[in-house]
Amino acid sequence: MQREGLSAGLKAGLTIAIGYFPVALTFGLLAKTTGLSLIETVAMSIFVFAGAAQYISLSLIAAKVDPILIVLNTFIVNIRHFLMTASLNEKMQPDARWKKAVYAFGITDETFSVISTTGDGRVRTSYAAGVIILSYASWVIFSGIGHVIGANLPLFLQAAMSIALYAMFVALLIPSLKGNRKVVLLALTAAAMNGFFFWSGLLSTGWAIMVSTLASAIFVEILYTRRGNVIRRAVERKEGA
Amino acid sequence: MGNWYWWMLLGMAVVTYLPRAIPLTFLEGKELPPAVSGVLRNIPYAVLGALIFPAILYAQPDDLLFGVIGLASAALIAWWGGGVMGTVLGTIAILAVYSLLAG
Repeated sequence: MQREGLSAGLKAGLTIAIGYFPVALTFGLLAKTTGLSLIETVAMSIFVFAGAAQYISLSLIAAKVDPILIVLNTFIVNIRHFLMTASLNEKMQPDARWKKAVYAFGITDETFSVISTTGDGRVRTSYAAGVIILSYASWVIFSGIGHVIGANLPLFLQAAMSIALYAMFVALLIPSLKGNRKVVLLALTAAAMNGFFFWSGLLSTGWAIMVSTLASAIFVEILYTRRGNVIRRAVERKEGA
Repeated sequence: MGNWYWWMLLGMAVVTYLPRAIPLTFLEGKELPPAVSGVLRNIPYAVLGALIFPAILYAQPDDLLFGVIGLASAALIAWWGGGVMGTVLGTIAILAVYSLLAG
């Protein structure tokens, strides 16, 4: 059977594109209130294309934080993509290095979640390209539109839209939780640890997300490997008896 | 903003691209030990947990209830099969009503 290609990718990408619409619109709106021009706003979406990092950079610009520190912070917030693309590499069809270098640019939390949870077996490069093209276009275009029209929206709507980024993360996670205890455990452990780092003030946001993610993924893997071994040994004993 | 903004943007673009590109271009063809690939497969779910919580509670920094309602609405809509678009737009709609009533 031919695995899903470009058109299936575009279809999956459309869901993200529509989900990005309010998130990007809100980014454009916040960028304007922070004092960025239309070109500066759209340029950030074109060249960076990372929702959480862009949101955080706006609050740092508003707080007049040193630009070098903003770059450093962006790096820390985005180190998690290192884990994602390493994980994705296991899932993608082997392909020319330059092609992978091109679509690597389009790996976000959302495109990653969709691509890496697509069916069993390897994912085709064309499928990933489809997912990314529409997501990227939506992100860039609606950042610009948000900047242009955002300030004209009523205040209560502007406030409500600040949930967009998180609602999207929730929507990506919940369907995978259903009937899968391992996924529930992974998400809850990471969330609990991140909460601990946040309220104790031990780590800054970017590091906290990275450490919680990695620790949760390792902890749950050890737990399940052990459980697997215990069951296997029990079966072997039974067969031996 | 000024010149510094464009230098900052260049820096942000580079430090965002490298963590995306290095694993995909340099791990090609290398077999990872099963324990490592097991951990890597867990990452999508763990990272979403950490991205959502506790940041969602502070979506409006001075109104915790806003974040709590947002989290509950998004989780329920997504659970009932709202999909990404339905969840995002539905949650915004609910919080718009809340903001209108509270503000």
